[in-house]
Amino acid sequence: MLSRTASELYWMSRYLERAENLARMLEVSYSLSLMPQDGRGDGLDELAMSLLSTGTLELYQERHGDLNAARMLHFFALDPDNQASIFSCLRAARINAHAVRGRITADIWENINATWLEMLNISSEGLGRYGISRFCEWVKERSHLFRGATYGTIMRGEAYSFIRLGTFIERADNTLRLLDSRYEMFGEESEEVSDLSARGYYQWSALLRALSSFEAYTEVYRGSPDARQISELLLLRADVPRSLRACMEELNHILSHLPGDNGRPAQRLAAELDARLRYTAIDEILDEGLHTWLTDFILLVRQLARAIHSSYLEAV
Amino acid sequence: MSRTFYDEMYDASGECRPHYREFARWLADTPQELLAQRRREADLLFHRAGITFTLYGDEQGTERLIPFDTIPRAIPMSEWRTVEKGCIQRVKALNMFLADLYHNQRIIKAGIVPAEQVLANEGYQIAMQGLDLHRDIYAHIAGVDLVRDGDGTYYVLEDNLRTPSGVSYMLEDRKMMMRLFPELFAAQRVAPIDHYPNLLLDTLKSSSPLDNPSVVVLTPGRFNSAYFEHAFLAREMGVELVEGADLFVRDDRVFMRTTAGPQPVDVIYRRLDDAFLDPLAFNPESMLGVPGLLAAYRSGNLVLANAIGTGVADDKSIYPYVGDMIRFYLDEEPILKNVPTWQCRKPEELSHVLANLPELVVKETQGSGGYGMLVGPAASAKEIETFRERLKARPEAYIAQPTLCLSTCPTFVEKGIAPRHIDLRPFVLSGRETRLVPGGLTRVALREGSLVVNSSQGGGTKDTWIVED
Repeated sequence: MLSRTASELYWMSRYLERAENLARMLEVSYSLSLMPQDGRGDGLDELAMSLLSTGTLELYQERHGDLNAARMLHFFALDPDNQASIFSCLRAARINAHAVRGRITADIWENINATWLEMLNISSEGLGRYGISRFCEWVKERSHLFRGATYGTIMRGEAYSFIRLGTFIERADNTLRLLDSRYEMFGEESEEVSDLSARGYYQWSALLRALSSFEAYTEVYRGSPDARQISELLLLRADVPRSLRACMEELNHILSHLPGDNGRPAQRLAAELDARLRYTAIDEILDEGLHTWLTDFILLVRQLARAIHSSYLEAV
Repeated sequence: MSRTFYDEMYDASGECRPHYREFARWLADTPQELLAQRRREADLLFHRAGITFTLYGDEQGTERLIPFDTIPRAIPMSEWRTVEKGCIQRVKALNMFLADLYHNQRIIKAGIVPAEQVLANEGYQIAMQGLDLHRDIYAHIAGVDLVRDGDGTYYVLEDNLRTPSGVSYMLEDRKMMMRLFPELFAAQRVAPIDHYPNLLLDTLKSSSPLDNPSVVVLTPGRFNSAYFEHAFLAREMGVELVEGADLFVRDDRVFMRTTAGPQPVDVIYRRLDDAFLDPLAFNPESMLGVPGLLAAYRSGNLVLANAIGTGVADDKSIYPYVGDMIRFYLDEEPILKNVPTWQCRKPEELSHVLANLPELVVKETQGSGGYGMLVGPAASAKEIETFRERLKARPEAYIAQPTLCLSTCPTFVEKGIAPRHIDLRPFVLSGRETRLVPGGLTRVALREGSLVVNSSQGGGTKDTWIVED
């Protein structure tokens, strides 16, 4: 497959996955922000967390100054000038898909194209009128359709592999960031706050819901969420589809099955990270310090993404 | 030529022509609301599928739908046979002409085509001189534009031998009609065209001396007006759609950059003009092409479809000679007529043109896409005077033709069904044999009275039916 084609497919699915992740995060932050808050804020720090975890706090402040719920929601959902908005992600995915429409099935292409056309309509209607929850639901639904169309219609060849590589790199990164920023939000108190407090309960369950792992958590641990078990679930359990371990296992599997010899660096790194997660226990991670460990792993995932780029997507 | 319009569906007495009877019956039986609803559905489907083109000079890169009309243009099979034979004959002669021009130039020596008209032509590529091509084929894919005059006679308006486009709309229009109105296809026999991509791939493969050559489609990229078509054809043929940057040349061989390393390329169906193919050989400013491509081509390691330098044969100043080419190379009489053409380079013809400007259509010999032409009867006195000055300044750059009374076909417009002018572009494939699928792209001028059918000028398309008699 052409390196450029592989690259467009990879980025197409990264952007779509990113849009879905943003919608999940926004949905949860928004509903948390509506809850009675202790201390300052009008639920603003909940929304500000989204700015932090996507690295767009500075851009927002530059453009809009003070935190304001309506402006922040617009910034994440519809702002065409915010490269990290859902609008921008869907636009970018559509541009990538357009460039390789000959390489994806008509079902996939029409799904992405129709999503984009509908996005334009929603954007002209405005988020206030369309409804935030309804919007987030819509983005998730379009993402499910994309996955379904992909899973159900495309040949299990290289195109499929690169679409999935993009998905899992993006997802691994997202899981790490969300866990890190949620943990960071507790800050100093994280050790003291009883995980049974109402605040702790909502915070942690919000994270689980954002990663659609709430059901998995209750099934596995049958108890109230706490930091140790949540970290274990989201980092080390292979049977939770958005966990780091599940993403890593997929990445390793896909990379080891790609043809050609030029992918060695990416294959080696993926195998190494997969093995590391397989043989790590949650206590080792907590001993090292969750934040430190997460920060390191975010860099490792980035390194893997770079290796995929230089091995396949920019290959000569 | 008579001055009345030939209506494809009804004869002069208002009687429905036999090959349209099934359709007319269906149309009369089908409620207007249903038709309107299906037309809206078609728009939606085209939009959703992104079957669009991009306008040049539109900075937004806006993608537009080409308006699709649900009333088909039908041609009886017996009539089509003649059109088909005529197109094949014409393209054969044009390919022989090109091979001759780049080799012995017998036709020039015989005094049939003047040397300066060929050798000083912008489309003539010195780099092609003496180069032998597999099967001597230059224009593997040709589009022949046909119109019908008042009495229904077919005339060739022009030959497109460079990168003729529109075949994707021919195929998509058919798919849409079959989807919206399956009952029409059940009621009569309409010749199928869906195998075109198959024939195209076969033609491209047979253009190479190799047994199983690797074929790609080369596009200028997603901002090109015909990008949809490039992607469509690559997908339908199951070959890679590449841009210049995906290819490189090493040791006079072309390779594409793939995830598994460099892969050789043997045949390029290029949808890029000559000037942009190779910055080392042609336009050094171009970022679209592949450095070294011409060298690889000249060393015989690569087939380009169409060949470089085919533009000299579809130039409007060469057009008047096609009939003579057919007589000279094939020793046959032309089956399809040329539109009578005055060559402004010839002083006596120029003076006739200048004296009759309000009745004539004047075209640039290098022009295309409906740009840079004068339609005398539709032009203001001022426009005519401007053109008169241009003609006097550079007569060799223009030809003139009588205004044709293009045939009309009933078409859905805002006010209901009304006649609109149409043309027809069949696509002729030349490989082991020269052939075409039964039909072509019918373009329709949607504005009342307009003769300009180009999509860049607001033209639409119709499905083209070759109906068993």
